[in-house]
Amino acid sequence: MKDKFIKDQQDKLSLGAIDRRQFMTSAIAAGIAIPTALSLASDAIAATPKKGGKFRMGLGHGSTTDTLDSGTSENHFTLVNGYTFGNHLTEINNEGKLVGELAETLESDDGKTWVFNLRKGVEFHNGKTMTSEDVLASYAHHMGEKSTSAAKGSLSPVKSIKADGKYKVIMELDSPDTDFPYIVSDYHISIRPAGDMTSGIGTGGYIVQSFEPGVKSVLKRNPNYWKEGAAHFDEVELLSIVDPNARQTALMSGEIDAMDRVDLKTINLMKRNPNINIMQATGTAHYTFPMRLNVDPFGDYDLRMALKWAVDRQELVDKILLGYGAVGNDIPIGTANYFHNSDLPQREFDADKAAFHYKKSGHSGKVQLSAADAAFAGAVDAAQLMANSAKKAGIDIEVIREPNDGYWSNVWNNDAKGWCACYWGGRPAETMMFSAAYVAESNWNDTMWKTTDSAVKFNKLVKDARKELDESKKRDILYECQRLIYDDGGLLCPLFNSYVSANSKKIAHGQIAANWDSDGAKCVERWWFA
Amino acid sequence: MHPVVKTVLERLALGLATLFFVSLIIFSAIEMLPGDFGQAILGQAALPETVAAFRAELGLDKPAYIRYFDWALGAIQGDLGTSFSGRNASGADRSAEVVDKIAPRLWNTLFLASMAAIIAVPLSLILGILTALYRNSFFDRSVNTATLTTISFPEFFVAYILILFFASLNQIFPSLANVDADTAFGERIYRTALPAFTLTLVIVAHMMRMTRAAIINLLASPYIQMAKLSGASQTEIIIKHALPNAWAPIATVIAFNLAYLVVGVVVVEVVFVYPGVGQLMVDAVRTRDIPVVQGCALIFAVTYILLNLLADIIGIVTNPRLLHPK
Repeated sequence: MKDKFIKDQQDKLSLGAIDRRQFMTSAIAAGIAIPTALSLASDAIAATPKKGGKFRMGLGHGSTTDTLDSGTSENHFTLVNGYTFGNHLTEINNEGKLVGELAETLESDDGKTWVFNLRKGVEFHNGKTMTSEDVLASYAHHMGEKSTSAAKGSLSPVKSIKADGKYKVIMELDSPDTDFPYIVSDYHISIRPAGDMTSGIGTGGYIVQSFEPGVKSVLKRNPNYWKEGAAHFDEVELLSIVDPNARQTALMSGEIDAMDRVDLKTINLMKRNPNINIMQATGTAHYTFPMRLNVDPFGDYDLRMALKWAVDRQELVDKILLGYGAVGNDIPIGTANYFHNSDLPQREFDADKAAFHYKKSGHSGKVQLSAADAAFAGAVDAAQLMANSAKKAGIDIEVIREPNDGYWSNVWNNDAKGWCACYWGGRPAETMMFSAAYVAESNWNDTMWKTTDSAVKFNKLVKDARKELDESKKRDILYECQRLIYDDGGLLCPLFNSYVSANSKKIAHGQIAANWDSDGAKCVERWWFA
Repeated sequence: MHPVVKTVLERLALGLATLFFVSLIIFSAIEMLPGDFGQAILGQAALPETVAAFRAELGLDKPAYIRYFDWALGAIQGDLGTSFSGRNASGADRSAEVVDKIAPRLWNTLFLASMAAIIAVPLSLILGILTALYRNSFFDRSVNTATLTTISFPEFFVAYILILFFASLNQIFPSLANVDADTAFGERIYRTALPAFTLTLVIVAHMMRMTRAAIINLLASPYIQMAKLSGASQTEIIIKHALPNAWAPIATVIAFNLAYLVVGVVVVEVVFVYPGVGQLMVDAVRTRDIPVVQGCALIFAVTYILLNLLADIIGIVTNPRLLHPK
């Protein structure tokens, strides 16, 4: 009886239905000693993968203009498909750690010169052995004036790239960046054979059999895959099923084995189905309400502080995300990031503090907040809830409903609007997120937090962090960066949204990565049939 | 020349003239679309000079009338140009011919349309005739109520209801109709069953009620009363005397619905994940892939014109008065 219960709980744990802590609680409740329970938990997580089967997945993206050129990859379908047939120099593993992929090891003494030691004996699907020549050609595809690759911007710090023999590539950056290895794990920068960047030949665990843009991609296991303990399915079919209802019906009736982007409105109905597991992973994606410091009245520290204290974050998680997410702490770094500053006290709704700062700011009248659902699903509702809670602190927020069309060019990051709703996918490395939207020279600096003392200090610290090779020193610098944004920045970040997906109970997997939806978009090579 | 042949030729010429005007309208409407392919595809990286280079490469810098004639002359020869998507400024041109892009999807669309038509057309004709025969009976009323109900619901709703009963609760048919070129014929029919039923339910009411109305209308005319007085049975009156004169309006409605099956089913395509031409056109509009949009629009126009032409011709050749001129 007890054994069966523990077995059940182990199954749930390995499928992600319960977490390790819940497993421990139930095991201890069943009278198992803690060390035994711990090892039972590890057993379940380390369940041995089985080979075989045909895996069919329905994805909520995909368009007839998709291609197999990773440089144009722009949606989750192309992302998952790209990671399924291709490899990169580095990858982020399911624990959120950066590890070498086609580069077996990488080294740098100063953060400026990076040496990638390539893995030997890796074959492309066409039988050619991967060497430095292919890496150079692949990188050339994403660099240079004429390239239209979406990774062109992130590779712009690369000053030179050259080969040293067949299995060594040296890249030189124009300024030190110790997080550069994260950039090369970007899904755009897939390594392809020299001379063929576009036909979908890679080194990945699966070989493309047919690809119909906006419809499906059919793949077969690569018998010569170099990576051990990966690519367990024999065949794979990735289907583009944009309509959420069609996707959910297909999963319920067993026509697909897994799907992404569950519609939260109907999630409780799906949970009733005994053959389906719902999974969620809170990653780096977050919803924000950036305040522009160069637009009145947001230049005032106390007004910003008043608004930060006037938001009931838990209410937003419950009502906007229906519980599938986490509260944000006014920093763009989430718990999934390695150097997330967990020392900062969680900001909660506090009418007294909000009223205190509001009074100190001397502001009177309405504070305008622009929102449209183009920013994120439920943005207008979230703004209304914020206006409601702010009223309790005596702050009058006027919600302006903006049109969805042109929201990103006319409202967001525009001096005409001081405060609006916004969405960020997040970045795997902290300095990457800061560079994207918080350093002074970024075009996407939507808070215009550039000139205050804290902002100046922040900009200097980000540069230091990029140079720092020592982990504990780097941690200190990045913690301080986050504290500066938390305290002085124009960022109001109340929500981290979860990726919610569902799969058939036949599917088994290890720990789920949170850097992208679908197990870091690598579910195809990581999952197996139980 | 026989008057029927003459009328048919006249209609053909008119059809060609219509097609010319439609092509003009398509071209100028797309000219007026806001946005630019260069900007849509380059996104954040759209520098003015890159966009200009892109426009030059695609020939978008030429005046509109020259581009129209290039396109129209190509289209007459069956060449709809080259798709914009898949191009990039790095020199590699992997863009597909528009014809190659549209052809497999058009075949899928036509397949689904024929499936639906094969079920819907005979069904609505039979129901129309039967309801005319037994008009105002319980049977007539229930058929009318049922068909009016299915046409009144939006098609995605009908589709979801069918999915609920035939794919989710009872797994008789698949809810995904994701066929491809290699799908076997039998499998294809099985996979497209639910979308075909959905379309059938959506179009039957229109055709059935038109058939019924046309026949009932004729039943009041003097020559039918004459037939009745001469002792013909009800069935004989309807099939032999009323129907031949009713073909013209019925054919028009059928043509209209068949055209709808080809050009208007994008919602059903999305719900059942069916790779038809509607989804292709929507994606192409979104990315400003002008040659594909123009190609789809032209094919839709041709479908409408051809089917209406066919309906006209059927109306003419079945009309006893035109067949036997005085």
